[in-house]
Amino acid sequence: MTGHVANPRTYYQVFAALVGLTILTVAVSFVELGRLHATVALTIAVLKAMLVVLFFMHLWHSKPLVRLVAAAGFFWLAIMLALTFSDYASRDWVGAPVRGLPNASRLDKP
Amino acid sequence: MSTEHGHLAHHFDTLEQQHDAATLGMWAFLVTEIMIFGAVLTAYAVYRANYSDAFAAASGHLKVGLGGGNTLILLGSSLTMALAVRAAQLGQGRTAAGFLLLTIGLGLIFLGIKGLEYYIDYEEDLIPGWRFNLTRWTEHGIDAGRAQLFFAFYFILTGLHAVHMIIGVGILLLLAVLAWRGRYSTAYNTPVEMAGLYWHFVDIVWIFLFPLLYLVGTRESLF
Repeated sequence: MTGHVANPRTYYQVFAALVGLTILTVAVSFVELGRLHATVALTIAVLKAMLVVLFFMHLWHSKPLVRLVAAAGFFWLAIMLALTFSDYASRDWVGAPVRGLPNASRLDKP
Repeated sequence: MSTEHGHLAHHFDTLEQQHDAATLGMWAFLVTEIMIFGAVLTAYAVYRANYSDAFAAASGHLKVGLGGGNTLILLGSSLTMALAVRAAQLGQGRTAAGFLLLTIGLGLIFLGIKGLEYYIDYEEDLIPGWRFNLTRWTEHGIDAGRAQLFFAFYFILTGLHAVHMIIGVGILLLLAVLAWRGRYSTAYNTPVEMAGLYWHFVDIVWIFLFPLLYLVGTRESLF
């Protein structure tokens, strides 16, 4: 039994989009964006990842249960990121060591 | 070539059910992979947020030209892998084997370039804990310990990724041999598709690693 057989043209189009987004992400890194670099780079990366997941990994045509498992993976990743970041972000509020990280020095910017 | 029933394990009712179980199992495994890379990246994210200047300076020493080129190579290997899966689905065993060999070739080129980058890092004294020139950083007002931490993350992340690629190449080699011998057909091609899921996932990891490691802060040059 086989899954959905794709039209090769779809694959070539997705590949072209991926190459274009890669060039874009490198080009943008030469622009002075300051703190926005991470956001822009991650947004493009998420777009590329979604193209790979949906079309190369056939999730666009997969059964709902498979899509649920895939979504669950990213959901749990989101939990790990959200709780870890909010932990560090809220250190200030409860008087816990904010910069409780090794190698923190007095030369830190605030 | 075996008959349909030759490929059906006794604990499944139909080939479709067997295929669905395999797909579910592979995705469950990929979820664990998301968590392992996600965990290291979470740690990286926390340190990058707190040591942003040092990490940006350290990242500047990575060769974006090589990393970017590698990204394109890996994306190409995902294309050839998708085409290999499609060929296997259509029962075109020799075509599938050809695309699998192309995928392996691109994967090996990726690993070769990665090795070249590691060698360059060795020459430039950027291997943490072993061959790392601390004073060169402090001369420029960068905390050397933090710069070293960046490179620790770099080698752990790309090293873990490279290990996954090596394993993937091994699996694809085995599948290429089996595909060439006509083991896969329209009725049974699940292993190729599952290997495809694994390979695409390894590609996705690199899709994130490249900008997160190589493109911290504003770049000045490709090399």
